Amino acid sequence: MSFLSHLINGVSLGSIYAIIALGYTMVYGIAKMLNFAHGDVIMVGGYMSFCATVYLGWPPLAGVALAVIVCTALGIVIERLAYKPLRMAPSLAVLITAIGVSYFLQNAALLIWGSSPKSFTSVVGGSPIALFGGQLTISPVTIVTVVTCVIIMVALTLFTSKSKAGTAMRAVSEDKGAAQLMGINVNTTISLTFAIGSGLAAIAGVLLCSAYPTLMPTTGAMPGIKAFTAAVFGGIGSIPGAFVGGVLLGVIEIFAGAYISTQLSNAIVFAVLIVVLLVKPDGLLGKRVSEKV
Amino acid sequence: MKKSLSMLMAGALLVSALAGCGSNNNAASGNTDSADNGNTSATVFKIGGTAPLTGSAAIYGTAVQNGATLAVEEINALGGDIQFEVIFEDDENNTEKAVSAYNALKDEGIQLSLGAVTSKPAEAISPLHEEDHIFALTPSASSPATIEGNDVVFQMCFSDPNQGLASADYIADQQLGTKIGIIYKSDDVYSTGILEQFKAEAEVKGLEIVAEESFMDGMDTDFSVQLNACRDAGADLLFLPIYYTPASLILTQANQMGYAPGFFGVDGMDGVLAVENFDTTLAEGVMLLTPFNADATDEATVNFVTKYEERYGETPNQFAADAYDCIYAYKQALETAGCTPDMSASELCDAMMETFPTITFEGLTGDGAGITWNTDGAVSKSPKGMVIQNGVYVGMD
Repeated sequence: MSFLSHLINGVSLGSIYAIIALGYTMVYGIAKMLNFAHGDVIMVGGYMSFCATVYLGWPPLAGVALAVIVCTALGIVIERLAYKPLRMAPSLAVLITAIGVSYFLQNAALLIWGSSPKSFTSVVGGSPIALFGGQLTISPVTIVTVVTCVIIMVALTLFTSKSKAGTAMRAVSEDKGAAQLMGINVNTTISLTFAIGSGLAAIAGVLLCSAYPTLMPTTGAMPGIKAFTAAVFGGIGSIPGAFVGGVLLGVIEIFAGAYISTQLSNAIVFAVLIVVLLVKPDGLLGKRVSEKV
Repeated sequence: MKKSLSMLMAGALLVSALAGCGSNNNAASGNTDSADNGNTSATVFKIGGTAPLTGSAAIYGTAVQNGATLAVEEINALGGDIQFEVIFEDDENNTEKAVSAYNALKDEGIQLSLGAVTSKPAEAISPLHEEDHIFALTPSASSPATIEGNDVVFQMCFSDPNQGLASADYIADQQLGTKIGIIYKSDDVYSTGILEQFKAEAEVKGLEIVAEESFMDGMDTDFSVQLNACRDAGADLLFLPIYYTPASLILTQANQMGYAPGFFGVDGMDGVLAVENFDTTLAEGVMLLTPFNADATDEATVNFVTKYEERYGETPNQFAADAYDCIYAYKQALETAGCTPDMSASELCDAMMETFPTITFEGLTGDGAGITWNTDGAVSKSPKGMVIQNGVYVGMD
């Protein structure tokens, strides 16, 4: 029974990683850059939802909506101000800029909200569901997290494969120059990618804080790194890959903590990543792209 | 040029737009709070301390700052020979920052020190006090290493092993639980110090420890594994020798998974009721150790609690009381030794080292018999058990 309980916790944690990883993977797949500020957009989403529900007394769903709107706007602004001027710059410059944006967001949050942790009220109410005579309990947050994650994954897959904007994204991802010649507005497409990624980050932030109810300016940092790992694990650039990678990472982390050692769980997670990358350098579902010289 | 200007403006706009959401915050303040008095610095004793005024242990730091400031104002208002000025620097419960904070205080010319509020920073700056020969009386840094290996640092709080001992005694004597689970922080001397003594005493008292789970810095948000292990082991009482931030998360997550054992914390649990937006009903029935009871009816406590509530709008915790006691203990020691404010830090240090082991101090956190110190700097004080009922602490015995 404890096995089931750990599995549920692992899937729940993994689903949060997966939602964050979807944002990483979309931005990487289309703009070919690692947006290290993604984890901090999560934190901003958490604070927005907290402010709306606690200080303004809004209902939880309105708080989530505000978080999504603010983060979407923030994502577009970050892209316009920090990344767009560097479109032609070497990728290292963009990477460093992303780290700079990450620090900027953390320190702005520190200035605005202070560093004392705040206790986040879960946006999902209700009492835990007890099964097998109370031996197994599932919290409503867990169910909402997993369901949300699956919906987002399916929706994103459909969006990129069926819609016109999604097709444009794939075109930009394959060849920016050629896409532009075909009449696709590359800048708008990249902005759209950032908007979607950051909106997802807001949802991830609210779910993360609902499951682990503490909110600090550094709240997004560690989950951001884990989600990045998940994206690489599943094959960066691949949407189903981010989902699989995120869930697996969460499950491995919880199982390693439960059956081996809580001290070593992070080490084990990264050890598994290294092994996977040694065997399959493109991640679990990544596509091998051969470079023609 | 134009571009960078526009970025700057956008950044400023963003910050100001978001600022509306924040409640009053003091994270960016200068963190120096000197008691106002009309004296010049030559006629007052300058006391300094480092404290986590921001960060995840900020409740401890602000309480110490408030308690000390209150005591200084009271003493200065009496207008006696002994007048104080107290300065605090923020250390964010971080060892490197504590060292810089201590150096800043030294530059300010402090004559006496309050050390650090939390154990890890205290262990970092204790050797510096020894080196500079500045006397320190820490209100709340409870690890034994804070006072070990040096002669100039004294403690106002009971030590960690003492807390482990008292916790095990309370649990055994009052039969609070039969199967005990422990969740501790493995990279924190405070937590491991209490744990070791607790385990030793639990064995003596015949307590059954069924689960011993740990966590570390950076992995302190998800406690599902630890809580599941405790539940599977059948623990009916969880012993939490940790600070209030992770403790508040453990309480919330245990509730989310429908696990309701008893909870027993130590002095680090003090502050859990003050976490912003924390559902205090979750802390109902939580037991903790503290040397101070704000509900006590003796005159000194009532006076302190009333003034503190008037001034800061909240009930003082043990950290505030310990800091308040520190200032009064300094006053008594300085009077006994006949010290004057024109003495140097080093002269005062010698005088204090000689005087503290000889005095008996009556304070808020003592228990009738008075508080005494041995030459190592350890205090004679025993922890009291409290239980949270209707959002306030009630004595257990």
